[in-house]
Amino acid sequence: MSTTAPDFKETTAPVKARRGGGVIGNTGLYVATGIAGLLFLIPFYLIIRNALMTDREITGENWKWFPTDIQWGNITEPFDDVTVDFAHAMWNSVVVAVLHTTGILLVCSLAGYGLARIPYRHANKVFYAVLVTLMVPTAVTFVPSFVLVSSLGWVDSYRGLIVPGLFSGFTCFLFRQYFLGFPKELEEAARVDGLGYWGAYWRVVVPNSLNFFAAIATITFINGWNSFLWPLVIGQDPSAWTVQVALSSYMTNQTVNYHLIFMATAISILPLLLVFLFLQRWLVQGIAQTGIKG
Amino acid sequence: MSTATPRKVAQPAPAEVATTRPRRGLRASSTFNFWLFTGPFLIGLVIFVFVPIVWSMYLSFFEARFTVTPSEFVGFANYKQILTDTDFRNSLVTFTVFAAFIVPATWALSLGLALLVNRLRFMRAFFRSVFFLPTACSYVAASLIWKMSIFNGVRFGLANTVLGWFGVENIAWLANPDPPWYWLVIVTVRLWLQSGFYMILFLAALQNIPQELYEAAAIDGAKPGWQTFRYITLPQLRATSTAVILLLLIAAYQAFDEFYNLLSKTTWGQPPLVELYKMALGENQNYGAGSAGAVVLTLLICVVTLLQGKFMGFGRGEESK
Repeated sequence: MSTTAPDFKETTAPVKARRGGGVIGNTGLYVATGIAGLLFLIPFYLIIRNALMTDREITGENWKWFPTDIQWGNITEPFDDVTVDFAHAMWNSVVVAVLHTTGILLVCSLAGYGLARIPYRHANKVFYAVLVTLMVPTAVTFVPSFVLVSSLGWVDSYRGLIVPGLFSGFTCFLFRQYFLGFPKELEEAARVDGLGYWGAYWRVVVPNSLNFFAAIATITFINGWNSFLWPLVIGQDPSAWTVQVALSSYMTNQTVNYHLIFMATAISILPLLLVFLFLQRWLVQGIAQTGIKG
Repeated sequence: MSTATPRKVAQPAPAEVATTRPRRGLRASSTFNFWLFTGPFLIGLVIFVFVPIVWSMYLSFFEARFTVTPSEFVGFANYKQILTDTDFRNSLVTFTVFAAFIVPATWALSLGLALLVNRLRFMRAFFRSVFFLPTACSYVAASLIWKMSIFNGVRFGLANTVLGWFGVENIAWLANPDPPWYWLVIVTVRLWLQSGFYMILFLAALQNIPQELYEAAAIDGAKPGWQTFRYITLPQLRATSTAVILLLLIAAYQAFDEFYNLLSKTTWGQPPLVELYKMALGENQNYGAGSAGAVVLTLLICVVTLLQGKFMGFGRGEESK
């Protein structure tokens, strides 16, 4: 039974003795899971299928599951397209997602640590101010935020795309909850050895929290890469479009170029799939840790 | 270790500060450190969260078109305009219908998937990944697949192709509000995208249920299957369920991406955020009315969240081990 030790989390209890479903029960279980799994994979398959077909084959009379002649040449087409500068949009997304993630980790983790660990008379009041912002969904504030950012002259700039998103009450809250559970003894040892809060934080707390940081980083990166509303609002000029805005613009284009659109979609998902493959364990643990208690 | 420390060793642990008063200098240093750590975040929070909210409330009482500088005080006229605006009111109805579908559907599907995956003995990690994978996909990309390949209103869309095998006529999924097939498209795209994420939460919770409970139930004669699910699993998942429903509601309120991309050219099925987007950044650029709408929406969301919390008791620490 323990041969398939769940890699999901450190099991506290011994591996569960499952109800013996017999051969039929198990087969049914696997059939059901398999069908559900296929349904979940079909959209991904359709992207690849469409991306590697000709438009004529996609829109043809008979549905084909496989391209008769795989169009490898399609791969470069989004980059050659003159109507949308896809390469530039990809680059914008990389810059935005990376800086967004780095910034949010730095700013929110420090604040979370301060709120969790540094004694200060008014710390509770400050914490309530952070909690209040959780009540106001960021998506609703896009009108006022746009008003502010445009009066700062930040429309169509990386600053406008990145900076307003760094102050996430939710991420700060998650970090605070995490640091509350961080073993105090480690920090106290560091403090006794003469480190201040700052030193203890960077030399002891952060190096011992890399798992949590990695989980938050992955989630933040995915959100940053996939976010649409804010980049749509800020990217008034095509030169400031992120890849999501560029993809969306394909839908409103006059001419529909199916294989190009799906190739672009495939390329836009690829970085995140790689992130998924490499960081999945952290991601799953992080979501399991943070989602519930948040 | 006490010999080498330049500082006094008698530093109280941070939590005890309230009881054993620290020396003045120490307290000043922890105040300084508190602001050193939280300062950058708080300054940003004030500038980019509180200022926009306050400014928005202010703007909502002014005439502000094509400019973010208010020109004329109009009192509650913007609020009156937005509350009598049929599009905006319809958008609230749209949201309510959407939430009524998507919240229970995602709850059931993600819990179902978690129960399936949790029972697997082999390939558990594989199937977990399969269901989790759509989380990597953006709403824009998913909308593209749904609109152009699966629910394309013409012959070569996957849904119409499959229905065609059974002799069903082509259905115009998105082009027609009557019958409202577009709901199927909107709901399935979100189900596909978000169920895997919530499945992970349920999986974590399932694995935290003590096995003894099931053993005790078996001794008491509970039949495995529905009975243990009803009387053990579900109650044990209460805290997670509450959190999931809360997160789902918040996520539903933020619905924008798939509506904007799937129904861009239609007049029906627009949720509040799309209406606000059109109002503030569309042809009229009416920031005053847009701000009023944002204020109304924020208040609504706060009320719903609080009510939901009251009824389902979120924050009651049932999770505590």
